Amino acid sequence: MEQNYPIKRIIDDKGILVDESYEQTINEELVKDLYYNMLRIRTYDRKSINLQRQGRLGTYAPFEGQEAAQVGSALALEENDWVFPTYRDHGATLTFGKSMTRTFLYWNGRVEGCVPPEGRNIFPPAVPIATQLPHAAGAAWAEKLRGTKNASIAYFGDGATSEGDFHEGLNFASVFKVPVVFFNQNNGYAISVPMEKQMNSKTIAQKSVAYGMPGVRIDGNDCLAVYFETKKAFDRARNGDGPTLIEAVTWRKGAHTTADDPSKYRPAEQGQHIVDPMERMELFMKNYGYWDEQWIEEMKEKTMNEVEEAVEEMENYPAPNVEDVFDHVYAVMPKQLAEQKESYLAHLERR
Amino acid sequence: MTKMKESSHEEVMTTQMTMIQAINDGMRLLLKEDERTIILGEDIGKNGGVFRATEGLQEKFGADRVVDTPLAESGIIGTSIGLAVNGFRPIAEIQFLGFIYPAYEQIMTHVSRIRMRSMSRFTVPMVIRAPYGAGIRAPEIHSDSTETLFTHMPGIKVVCPSNPYDAKGLLIAAMEDPDPVLVLETMKNYRSQREEVPIGKYTVEIGKGNIVREGSDVTLIAWGAMIAIAEKAADQAEKKGISCEIIDLRTLYPIDRDMIAKSVQKTSRAVIIHEAHHTGGLGNDIVSIINDTSFLYLRAPIERVTGFDVPVPFFTLEEHYLPTPARVVEGIEKVVHF
Repeated sequence: MEQNYPIKRIIDDKGILVDESYEQTINEELVKDLYYNMLRIRTYDRKSINLQRQGRLGTYAPFEGQEAAQVGSALALEENDWVFPTYRDHGATLTFGKSMTRTFLYWNGRVEGCVPPEGRNIFPPAVPIATQLPHAAGAAWAEKLRGTKNASIAYFGDGATSEGDFHEGLNFASVFKVPVVFFNQNNGYAISVPMEKQMNSKTIAQKSVAYGMPGVRIDGNDCLAVYFETKKAFDRARNGDGPTLIEAVTWRKGAHTTADDPSKYRPAEQGQHIVDPMERMELFMKNYGYWDEQWIEEMKEKTMNEVEEAVEEMENYPAPNVEDVFDHVYAVMPKQLAEQKESYLAHLERR
Repeated sequence: MTKMKESSHEEVMTTQMTMIQAINDGMRLLLKEDERTIILGEDIGKNGGVFRATEGLQEKFGADRVVDTPLAESGIIGTSIGLAVNGFRPIAEIQFLGFIYPAYEQIMTHVSRIRMRSMSRFTVPMVIRAPYGAGIRAPEIHSDSTETLFTHMPGIKVVCPSNPYDAKGLLIAAMEDPDPVLVLETMKNYRSQREEVPIGKYTVEIGKGNIVREGSDVTLIAWGAMIAIAEKAADQAEKKGISCEIIDLRTLYPIDRDMIAKSVQKTSRAVIIHEAHHTGGLGNDIVSIINDTSFLYLRAPIERVTGFDVPVPFFTLEEHYLPTPARVVEGIEKVVHF
């Protein structure tokens, strides 16, 4: 089965173009766009870990090592598409247009962090595992019924494939042939449990066979491969050819969250041989004449400034409103809830 | 078909319907009048549903709008969420309430709180219909009444009609509600009575109970299949000279506290009847409502006649689980002669 799903690569670990069919399609604008976005989300991610350590952010789920998978897939979307992320996919949602300030706010316990900009269909991150897959199928189903060319993408990890909702989401999507891309980031571990203990199949892509949909296994650290294969899956979706399961094989370099210590369950040497996705892009850019030292320095400064400004905005954000505890539960607050609110606010007044 | 006087100046065309026909008629109207309406469920298309609630609807409105789904409750609710946030108005049928549990996570974690989590940016106006309750000699696990698993859940509303008129009116109200509504349909009443039901669109307000019988000595509070039990018990009590007022709650969340308080303040006594398990049953909340609103009016402790803290038994024993008129009469006498 494994040999039926060879890992697709466009550039190898040394940054050499291994699929020459892309020679004409790859251009400077795309390469720089991919690199810039990876740089941007990595700067954001490392800053978040630091802020958490300084007590300026709550528990945080880092994604270092998965930048190529998240940026490559998110740049393949069109603006009216729907995104159903998990709590580790803010690299993808930032790339798709979520505000960085709001993303920081999310990790600082603020519900405002779930709200995407107007016109961007980014669902709040799924915190339970795999529940977002049926949502993505349903939103895509609505687009199909309306006859648009919009599609949806569900992000999920290797552990999510064990959940019932993985099956139900893929099954509904294929039965109703809806325009959705199931984008799996196989990062090796579900908290502490490695893939070989999670499932007895050697690949996740092969699970697509059960649903009669295409399954694609890609090198998730090859940003170009991720971008082009995700685009192809979206082309199929927009053309009425239904869903695709993509397995982007990648590596969670860090901990599950800032509250987790991977040294308890993951040998230190494991994953050391994996070439970092940004390093690989850098090698490619140097090999093929895209590397521009001055541009890189400018982009580093730009992303640092953006991140610092977002942190400042997050830290100076108006204090949370107590009324928000009550106000968005129903469209019209039931009388008993209105009384609870009134009574609590009166209690606060008395203090 | 007859004409029913609904208000002083308006005559409404009505026809005789059972509860299941009234539900079918309500869904037909919703499909006809709003192209965003889509019905999802198991065996609801060609087969018309195991209770025939959707009979003829797929034929009339097509398989894109009355959809036979795979046999997967979480998938039904999960895809309904996606449809609802993206502009559709799903009615999701769960074949029996006893089979809703695979979808409980979707309802609890997403249906009920996506409005809150997105500060009202994303909402899921949808209706979940589920036949529920015991007393029809159904196979095991088909007879649960676990309504408090849902009334305990902030962000959704729960209604429970007991008759054809309320069933259609509450269904339409649920579909017009901007928030998700669980409609519990008492199976025992699907075909137990026929009554005049308006043939057009009308609503029964969510959150409003109904006094189905006025009385002066004791208030009986019930819903669903227990209304018929309460009525029989009230008839028997009447013969003993006890006058019972009966409240059909109709909505289980948000509950009509004002109606409960007003009635109990008049009668000074209350018996709550539900077929759900005793511990954690909605009766406890009703006791609390009476405590909060009417404590000083009470002349006796409140009595609860309920199912027991056991799984609903196999059907040869279900009559020993369900509240009976005789048990209710005992409860009435206990509070009256306290």
